[in-house]
Amino acid sequence: MLKYILGRLAGLVFVLLAVSFLTFFLMYNAPGGPFDELNQPLSPEAKANMIRKYGLDQPFYVNWWNWLTKAIQGDFGISYYYPNTRVIDLFARYWGSSLMLGFLAVAWSFPLGVVLGIVAALKRNTVVDQVITTVALVTVTVPIISVIFFGIAIFVIWLKWFGFNNGQPLYHQPPNAWVLPAFIFGLGTVGALTRYTRSGMLDVLGQDYIRTARAKGVSRALVIMKHAMRNMLIPLVTIFGPVLANAITGSTFVEIAFAIPGIGRFFLESIYTRDYPVIIFTVIIAATMLTVSNLLIDIAYTLIDPRVRLGGGH
Amino acid sequence: MATQNPPVQGSPLVKAAQGATAYQYKPLSPGQLAWRRFKRNRMALVGLIIVILFIFTGLFAPVLAPYPYDKTNLFNTWRPPGRDPAHVLGTDELGRDLLSRLIWGARVSLVVSLTATGIVVGLALLFGFLSGYFGGVWDYTLNRAFEVIGALPGLLFQILLMLLIGNGIIQVTIAISILGWPGLARLVRAQVLAYKERDFISAARSLGASTPSIMIRHLLPNIVNPLIVAVSFAIPGFIGAEAGLSFLGYGINDPLPSWGKMVGAIGRYLSSPNYLYVGVIPTVALALLVLGFSFFGDGLRDALDPSSDRARI
Repeated sequence: MLKYILGRLAGLVFVLLAVSFLTFFLMYNAPGGPFDELNQPLSPEAKANMIRKYGLDQPFYVNWWNWLTKAIQGDFGISYYYPNTRVIDLFARYWGSSLMLGFLAVAWSFPLGVVLGIVAALKRNTVVDQVITTVALVTVTVPIISVIFFGIAIFVIWLKWFGFNNGQPLYHQPPNAWVLPAFIFGLGTVGALTRYTRSGMLDVLGQDYIRTARAKGVSRALVIMKHAMRNMLIPLVTIFGPVLANAITGSTFVEIAFAIPGIGRFFLESIYTRDYPVIIFTVIIAATMLTVSNLLIDIAYTLIDPRVRLGGGH
Repeated sequence: MATQNPPVQGSPLVKAAQGATAYQYKPLSPGQLAWRRFKRNRMALVGLIIVILFIFTGLFAPVLAPYPYDKTNLFNTWRPPGRDPAHVLGTDELGRDLLSRLIWGARVSLVVSLTATGIVVGLALLFGFLSGYFGGVWDYTLNRAFEVIGALPGLLFQILLMLLIGNGIIQVTIAISILGWPGLARLVRAQVLAYKERDFISAARSLGASTPSIMIRHLLPNIVNPLIVAVSFAIPGFIGAEAGLSFLGYGINDPLPSWGKMVGAIGRYLSSPNYLYVGVIPTVALALLVLGFSFFGDGLRDALDPSSDRARI
């Protein structure tokens, strides 16, 4: 187990190195720079000074190496656009709104998706099942920008039930500012979880031990509650990692549309201003969230299901 | 089946056959069987029809569109749908005909998503075969690529990439397909691994079949079905990704229309409900096309894999 975890951690380090290198390649070679006229009107001398100060006259891999040696000591640098502000402090300012949005979305959508999936599987091939699977397919596939547009058109502009954000963090806002974004953001998760749970439940229900239990006279309700549910919940663990990672880093469109000051919106702003330290930090945090949550889920999976052996050994 | 078992005496089938002028039975090909199963699913048929209609619209956009997509008329802006017979769906903030932009948008959306699908399938087949068939270095490279690309925060990375290569239809296609192929390549690899040790492959090899011939004539047909299903679910994702990037301003470049860009442009005018129609039209088209593809894909999966639904309680 320990050997496996160490191996996975080494892989994780390699992945993060590769991701950061790629990001540096992209942002340093993209046209435009942090000290262009458009972003910061400076005299030519001052601009040259800034470029020398931040090493922007050097190739991207030199900058990557410099960043890396500081980053492993926990120093992620200072924003170019907000002088004298640490990237971490800026991040902390916007992090809360994204976290809140993500957790709200998961909190309503994960349980509902699981329940709908179980109901659909138990009522297989009935009208109930067809309605649930169709609705699930719709919520999974309709692009988020369509959902956002309909949500705003109907609930904000037409019915006037909800409003836009006023630029303050989400957790300082009345429910009227965060109910609709959390609802829209969670919709895709409901559909995905419904489909996933339904097929997992159907798999379990087709197993021999279910038939054996039924043949021995165990009631249908008891078979479902004790034999099917427990085994069906195992695959759900695997999907929770991606869902959580997406919940925390994937709300860019919702943040843009509702003017929520979160990480996704801040990332786009730092793209406009070419604020390199902020860009690389956001990408690395998102990549770390994704990989670490996958690792934790894999470990949790073996603890829950003893049939799974890590790393394919034994 | 070329030969048939003799029909059992007295079965309803035999009676029905005897009643008919001649007992005819022609075995159906796998494709015909799949089509028969597909036809039973009404939603899938509706999806197929929607997809065909949109592809038709996209193909004949230059003929179907009443105006050029970039023709502005500043004396005729913000015309709502249904008021002006010359502009059935109305005009936008620059007086451009929305119907024409919608039709051209279908072409853009389909060109991007189908080309991206082609790229992804090509890369997936190439790397899936190399890694599944030869293993070793190829396997290692594919796994590392899968890990790194899997760890990239998709949208953020695509925006950065678009920043480097600039807006445009080819650039968007590259940006959305670059993240999609490793997952599909792993699917191909798994299929190759599942089949390459089978007896029919050994038989082909002992008869002197070359490696490319084994790959194309014996392995590929066994990979096609799951690949088609995976792709039919990937296309809606590509359509959404293009629309999303264009919505944010990192996609299709002006003056070419994109549904995502049309939705994004309305953001500035959200203060009044009078302008909403400009966003409603592309959003509905986007949702319809994507749903068409995914209902079609759903039916396709059931049709190509009849064993997918076999649980009983």
